[in-house]
Amino acid sequence: MLSVSIGTVVWSSIAFLIVLFLLAKLAWKPILASIREREDSIDDALKSASKAREEMANLTKSNEALLNEARAERDGMLKDARGTKDQIISEAKDRADVEYNKILASAKDAIRQEKSAAIAEIKEQVATLSIEIAERVIREELKSDEKQKQLIDKYLQEAKLN
Amino acid sequence: MSMTLKKLSRPFFAIVTFMLLASQPVLFAQEHTEQPDSTQHEVEKEKFNAGEMIIHHISDAHEIHLFGDAAIYLPVILYADNSVKVFSSSHFYHNEKHFTNAEGESEHYYEYNGFVMHHEHIYAAADGGISLNAETGEVNNASVLDFSITKTVTGILITCLVLLLIFGTVARGYKKRKGSAPKGLQSFMEPLILFIRDEVAIPSIGAKKADRYMPFLLSTFFFIWIANILGLIPFIGGFNVTGTLSVTLVLAAIVFIITTISGNKHYWGHILWPPGVPLPIKFILVPIEVAGLFIKPLVLMIRLTANITAGHIIILAFVALVLIFGQMGAAAGYGVGVGSILFMVFMFFLELLIAFLQAYVFTLLAALYFGDATQEAHH
Repeated sequence: MLSVSIGTVVWSSIAFLIVLFLLAKLAWKPILASIREREDSIDDALKSASKAREEMANLTKSNEALLNEARAERDGMLKDARGTKDQIISEAKDRADVEYNKILASAKDAIRQEKSAAIAEIKEQVATLSIEIAERVIREELKSDEKQKQLIDKYLQEAKLN
Repeated sequence: MSMTLKKLSRPFFAIVTFMLLASQPVLFAQEHTEQPDSTQHEVEKEKFNAGEMIIHHISDAHEIHLFGDAAIYLPVILYADNSVKVFSSSHFYHNEKHFTNAEGESEHYYEYNGFVMHHEHIYAAADGGISLNAETGEVNNASVLDFSITKTVTGILITCLVLLLIFGTVARGYKKRKGSAPKGLQSFMEPLILFIRDEVAIPSIGAKKADRYMPFLLSTFFFIWIANILGLIPFIGGFNVTGTLSVTLVLAAIVFIITTISGNKHYWGHILWPPGVPLPIKFILVPIEVAGLFIKPLVLMIRLTANITAGHIIILAFVALVLIFGQMGAAAGYGVGVGSILFMVFMFFLELLIAFLQAYVFTLLAALYFGDATQEAHH
């Protein structure tokens, strides 16, 4: 045990070196290579995950920008629409005013015509009435023959004069 | 200045650790030398000997002893007289013989086909089997080169097989589920692989150069860990792979070789001509740094062996305690057994932690040495 035996030294050297060689070729090389490979792939996966996260953040940012743009555009459109609406309303108002004035003027015209027509009628009626009254008055005055004679004379005088 | 202090403190720390750890083998040695006294009194009854039992379990053997008489006999491979001889160790274990040692006690040994085995050490057989040195009383037979597949070698082979099976499956999982989450065994091993890469290799060596050392660090970590766990499994013969100096020596030697090969100009410059230090200090520092080159892997080797062996010894000591009290009487044995088992359970959990911890420490220090060797100048 505590003395060195040449046989054991020789056998253990041979056995250990053969095992060292075999394990190095058949076990350690592929094992370490695949461990390294897996670690690399995990590393890559982590890296690409963080990259994807970054891209996602970028995407969100651009989405937001897009959204903001859209909102601004909508606001502009709304503003435009409001302007257009106001314009349309004022235009309509103007046109309504014009129409109103037109209608008013024609109404006034009509009223004036009616009025003059009415006045004319009233004048006619007054004339007729006056004639009737005059007739009656004359009839009253000419009831006595004397008076009729006087009047005829007077007319005749006048007529002679002419 | 702090740089030099750091450089200074490391070899110093290494020496202190070395001394602390080196004291442990002395402990075993005492246990071992005490044996003969105790056996003298109880030799007829063949009483239970705790020291012998523990040493037997943590030592290498040419068989895997399962329980009682059941054992797996391993092949003995010897190189002697310019020829290789292969035979089953059962020939040894079935031919037990005895000799009288220098102290006049009877010791057993095994003999087969012109070879003798004493304390699992194989010699060429002499005339009377074992011959003793007249002066020192030690075995005097000529040693032969023993390349047997011993218990420890079997443990190494099992560990290697388990490693290949586990990581073959894991690698297949990665091929099958390319790019997707790990599953099953794969998901159990991946955190450990990542732990070695991200907590051991990259902080010590630097992300750029770590890849080159990953295969060695991963192989070493899992080899030590699985071998440590193999040593904790009971009933399979008590493997003590990482508690065997020969094994940790090989691992530490590979660390030393890699460190030395990958050492750059900056590394060698700091060792052979420490900058920013007055000349007389350089003469003290350079030998320390050079010694540190060797002490570092040496400490790596001893730390692992000592930790794992010590853990095994403690667990075995609790087992021995039960058996010792059991010999006094059944009641004493059961009584001590309850406490002993509680301690053993605790020790097993601790050992499971240590099994991981020592694998981690070995790998971390190896990575730090590699990092030191490849560090670029930064001042």
